[in-house]
Amino acid sequence: MITVIQQGDFTTLQDQGRWGYQAWGMPIAGAMDSYAYKMANCLIGNLETAAVIEMTGSGAAFRFDEETLVSLCGADMQASVNGNIIANWSSVLIPRRGELHFGRAVLGRRAYLGVRGGFDVPLVMGSRSTYTGAKLGGLEGRTLQQGDVLYIGKDTFIPAKVQKLTANDIPVFSKTWTLRVVSGPQTHLFQAEAVFRFFSEVYLVTAADRVNYQLAGPKLAMLDKVDVISDGVGLGAIEIPACGLPYIVAPDHGTTRGFPKIGYIIQVDFPKVAQANIGDTIQFQQVTEATAIAALKIERTAYERIKKQLG
Amino acid sequence: MDAFLDDVKLLAAGEGGLVVEFGAIISPTINLCVQSFMRMVSASKINGMIEAVPSYCSVVIYFDPFKITRASLTKQIEVILANLQLTKLGDLVRRVVHIPVCYGGVLGPDIDYVAKYTGLMIEQVIKLHAGQPYLVYMLGFTPGFPYLGGLSDLLIVPRQEKPRNRVPVGSVGIGGNQTGFYPIESPGEWWLIGRTPLKAFDPTRSEPFLLAPGDYVQFESIPLEQYFSIRQAVTQGIYQLKVSAEEQV
Repeated sequence: MITVIQQGDFTTLQDQGRWGYQAWGMPIAGAMDSYAYKMANCLIGNLETAAVIEMTGSGAAFRFDEETLVSLCGADMQASVNGNIIANWSSVLIPRRGELHFGRAVLGRRAYLGVRGGFDVPLVMGSRSTYTGAKLGGLEGRTLQQGDVLYIGKDTFIPAKVQKLTANDIPVFSKTWTLRVVSGPQTHLFQAEAVFRFFSEVYLVTAADRVNYQLAGPKLAMLDKVDVISDGVGLGAIEIPACGLPYIVAPDHGTTRGFPKIGYIIQVDFPKVAQANIGDTIQFQQVTEATAIAALKIERTAYERIKKQLG
Repeated sequence: MDAFLDDVKLLAAGEGGLVVEFGAIISPTINLCVQSFMRMVSASKINGMIEAVPSYCSVVIYFDPFKITRASLTKQIEVILANLQLTKLGDLVRRVVHIPVCYGGVLGPDIDYVAKYTGLMIEQVIKLHAGQPYLVYMLGFTPGFPYLGGLSDLLIVPRQEKPRNRVPVGSVGIGGNQTGFYPIESPGEWWLIGRTPLKAFDPTRSEPFLLAPGDYVQFESIPLEQYFSIRQAVTQGIYQLKVSAEEQV
């Protein structure tokens, strides 16, 4: 049994997301930083689908009734066990009646806590991810609150130990981000000058939640005042609403929207979005689809290697 | 129909997304292409396809680029489009889902305003709103929220300037040339003319969604007592949804 003794700013249970229902308007939800999520499960021998805790900005604190192997990944929130600072991107044994505290994120925005076995909450439409917009998944469809009690599941497949990711496999976070972008279904509806500015100037993050990231910077004009009819919009899409400032589509975003999409952030770069804070800067970099696929291939190969190393 | 199909555009939506765009206007004919295409894509079980998301005039197909390349997916989509051209689209069979609505009163607080704005009697507003089936063009905005087409021109009322923060579940509203009902509590800028006791979305049901894209919705006016009795049956899980004998359109 694990008790939440401090709730943090926005703490939810997440897994790989609720896929298969977008045709009915159900957002995918799921961990914002898919890399940190995968590593959190990998470090403790969990199944790839086990639920973890996602903390945002300011972390939570937990008391463990039993000795428990846990993993910490993502933003560095200066985690400590009974007052002793512990390493990020590692697995740690929490003693019986131990307390695990997370502070404010010093770099990055979202931290992940895995427990060996995963968190035992009911599957809702195939996933344990919390989607607060419809109050479903996770624990009663909401953020975790002080006093909540969580139980450990059985989502493991191999023995696990106390270990740490090697430095090469730990992503570097900063306050300036370069996000690679492939063209979107409506890129052609923008003035060439707008597309040029989009890729050459710097944007400032002004909102950073699970629905979308809002940015300040150069306003982008379309060729004509075209009304884009609502259509499907996926993770990492960059929408340009009427105000001309970009929105980045995050996992809790609606499945459809009537905004033109100037591009899509490549899949391996979305974890960077998850770790960008309000006030950080973003520079978009235009790449080809071949580059996006090559990057994805590198990431998948690395994942297989890490799984073997940690296993 | 074939003229539309000749103009189909295939666009990229990220390295794992393909948009099949049938046009750029809201029309029942283009949406019929979308629905027919969706059925064929769903039946095709293309290896590597994750899911397909239909909207007014396009379908986004999300895929795993390691299981299927864009080039190979495109080839398979082109085959489906060619078959779609050969199929008589008019043969698509659709469901008509009957949605009971208690109009006016506390459950439809804005019906007086709608009557006043349109110059109709309240009874006429109800009769017009429940007078014909509406096409479910797509679902979106929130889980299970239907974008319906077919609102009578006589019922067009500009949306509220200040959206309500919390529209109660089941509220039936109209705004601009649109109408629909709210599956979950959410903000909304439509005028609320009634409420249905049905749950358009319930994640605990084996079929969480009442409606699917391409269905028709027929609203039926019910008195307040029946609203409560149906709501009770829905809560107990014993309500029998009325779906008309499948209808060819």
